[in-house]
Amino acid sequence: MIYREAGQFKTSYASDQAIFPIPQDRVFVGVVCVAAVLVPLFANEYWLQAILIPFLIYSLAALGLNLLTGYAGQLSLGTGGFMAVGAYSAFKLTSAFPGLDIVVVFLIAGLITAGVGVVFGLPSLRIKGFYLAVATLAAQFFLIWLFNRVAWFVNYAPSGTITAPPRTVLGVMVTGPQATAGARYLTALALVAVFALLAKNLVRGRVGRAWMAIRDRDIAAEIIGIRPLRTKLLAFAVSSFYCGVAGAEFVFLYLGSAETLAFDIALSFLVLFMVIIGGLGSILGSFLGAGFILLVPVFLTNAPRAVGIDLPVALAKQLEVMVFGALIIFFLIAEPSGLARLWQIAKEKLRLWPFPH
Amino acid sequence: MRGRNVLVGLVVTALVGAPLAGIALAQGKELFIPLLVYRTGPYAPSGIPIANGFVDYFSLINERDGGVNGVKLAWEECETQYDTKQGVECYERLKGKNGGADVVNPYSTGITYQLIPKAAVDKIPVFSMGYGMTAAADGRWFPWVFNFPTTYWSQASAVIRYIGQQEGGLEKLKGKKIAHIYHNSPYGKEANPTLEELAQKFGFELTLLAVDHPGQEQKSTWLQVRRLSPDWIFMSGWGVMNQVAIKEAASIGFKMDHFIGNWWSASDADVIPAGDGAKGYKGATFHAPGTNFKIHQELFRVLYDKGKGAAKKEAVGEVLYNRGIVNAMFTVEAIRTAMAKYGNKPLTGEQVRWGFENLNITDKRLEELGMKGFTHPVKVTCEDHEGAGPVLFEQWDGKKWTLVSEWVPVMKDVVRPKLEAAAVEEAKKLGYTMRDCAKEK
Repeated sequence: MIYREAGQFKTSYASDQAIFPIPQDRVFVGVVCVAAVLVPLFANEYWLQAILIPFLIYSLAALGLNLLTGYAGQLSLGTGGFMAVGAYSAFKLTSAFPGLDIVVVFLIAGLITAGVGVVFGLPSLRIKGFYLAVATLAAQFFLIWLFNRVAWFVNYAPSGTITAPPRTVLGVMVTGPQATAGARYLTALALVAVFALLAKNLVRGRVGRAWMAIRDRDIAAEIIGIRPLRTKLLAFAVSSFYCGVAGAEFVFLYLGSAETLAFDIALSFLVLFMVIIGGLGSILGSFLGAGFILLVPVFLTNAPRAVGIDLPVALAKQLEVMVFGALIIFFLIAEPSGLARLWQIAKEKLRLWPFPH
Repeated sequence: MRGRNVLVGLVVTALVGAPLAGIALAQGKELFIPLLVYRTGPYAPSGIPIANGFVDYFSLINERDGGVNGVKLAWEECETQYDTKQGVECYERLKGKNGGADVVNPYSTGITYQLIPKAAVDKIPVFSMGYGMTAAADGRWFPWVFNFPTTYWSQASAVIRYIGQQEGGLEKLKGKKIAHIYHNSPYGKEANPTLEELAQKFGFELTLLAVDHPGQEQKSTWLQVRRLSPDWIFMSGWGVMNQVAIKEAASIGFKMDHFIGNWWSASDADVIPAGDGAKGYKGATFHAPGTNFKIHQELFRVLYDKGKGAAKKEAVGEVLYNRGIVNAMFTVEAIRTAMAKYGNKPLTGEQVRWGFENLNITDKRLEELGMKGFTHPVKVTCEDHEGAGPVLFEQWDGKKWTLVSEWVPVMKDVVRPKLEAAAVEEAKKLGYTMRDCAKEK
């Protein structure tokens, strides 16, 4: 009834090619954007610092992995390692150039990560599928090992920890202990919004189509004139860039200080699960997947107490892990294409509502 | 398609239900202390006894004395699995509850590093007892962080002094080979700079061997140990890493009485899996093991005889259980000190911080607490948040830990200058300024 396209005619190429061709969608997205900006006025610090900021950062990382795995079809288990590259290069950069705007630092850190990603993407030209996953696993272990062993990366701190120093964006403090949770949140939000828009346009254009062609059948893609070398390496570069920026934000906006353990293999799997559950090959899916993986454990931890059942913490934790695991399996059986597909179905249903055939 | 409907239901529940989290409760009438514990995961063998000891001491204070000077203690546990991300989530969730947390005990060096920058902003003191960032012991730079009775650096110096005593004098250390096997994390690396400096000073040959998290796989490390055949091994391990290391040492036939764990690497759970092989293994500590103290009789009388204890009765007196008691005792005494100034009412984090900074536990006070001989008196000052207390050494005889040394003093002359330099370095990263301790009080 409300959500219906009847009577909407596209009269120009621009309106036909818009990201959101239906006005109702545009209104909805606009409302979400405004709400997202206004959140710091209402949310308490727990919500901002422990849920929303990590949600935005994980979304960015998932977005990066989704470009590589969902769109270009290259399975990667090196996300944690690439995020570590972003974090450590941002740390080195900002300690070498303290005056540099922290967003610029994030972007340069992303570029450095892109370079590292290309190097570790080279084997993808020869090996495919699960074998490639194993090769990227090597990247994960090597990079973590490197940051753990070479003291130069942590400025010779005896503890091997990197700490986010106080830095500003346009004169507002966004990192370090004095930065408010609201400022951190808005920085993360701005970055993820820009990069999501970029990614959306990237996958709708020539580059994205080339990635999808390679993903669907690389020999056919080669025959129609897509160069696998450039396409695959570009996918690795762009994906690593996103992961690098996410890694830098992970330390600077979220954790405040970190050791290599924060970037271990578990992080790679976590981001991969986000992509799979959210929906491979979907920008929206990256956000939905990140939200699901982050929110459900928090919900499961707090749910028993909210209804008045006081479980011992160890039991609650074990139950949480078990229920969460069961949910993921159930999920993959009920909707193998991920949360993004659910969203699509909801939209289709809404189109016919309230009079379905 | 019923599966999908259930799915939609679940997603909606999660979205609607998640905001239930983090609802702040009204101003409390109690002293609220969040406990970041780890009763699951690879570090649970170390995490469970310490959490039980802590909770039991608090229960004892509430049950026997009706709280601290009449104000009840309230606490809530939050499971971190020794993971920094979960630790931050726990801290953010609990810091505002019951009118605000009074003090936080992170129980993990990694989480301590996360909380140090937050402490000054949230006005909640961090008490990392014998762990955390050593540099924070300089209270002029880090007013909100306390790591008494002794830091990792001081501990390492006491271990070297003890080894010197065993060899017949510190000068005999020259040319000896000492290996440090450490958990490859901020925690494990802490002792390294001190050991390096002492190696230069006393002329022993130091080898640093890292073990990666979680430490279940150490074959390559012990291969290196065999090749090196060191005279002494010092270990900074945690959780499952300790058991594996002790088993490996036993299997290569290393002299166990030349193998010393730091105070996080010498608990009952660490030695029992190695069986007889662990006999002779030594560990550092800052309190006695066992149940031969008045405080334990009180715990049995008030809690365990009524079935209110947190642990199994046999587990009372384990090394880490006792450490939990000591940690809780320091916390309660700091609150008591603060109450002497601010009155017997629920306190704010700022007031409790003052209590920590002016804490002075004398021998007499320890006797009143039923802890005479259990731990060492400690005095905290504005400059010195460490106390630089001496260290005891204990040995495993196959059934229980027994003390094998007197209180071994730390080398304050070596550690303190390094510590002050490190404090400047660390504080600079956070943009802190030094406060003038003469103006405090």
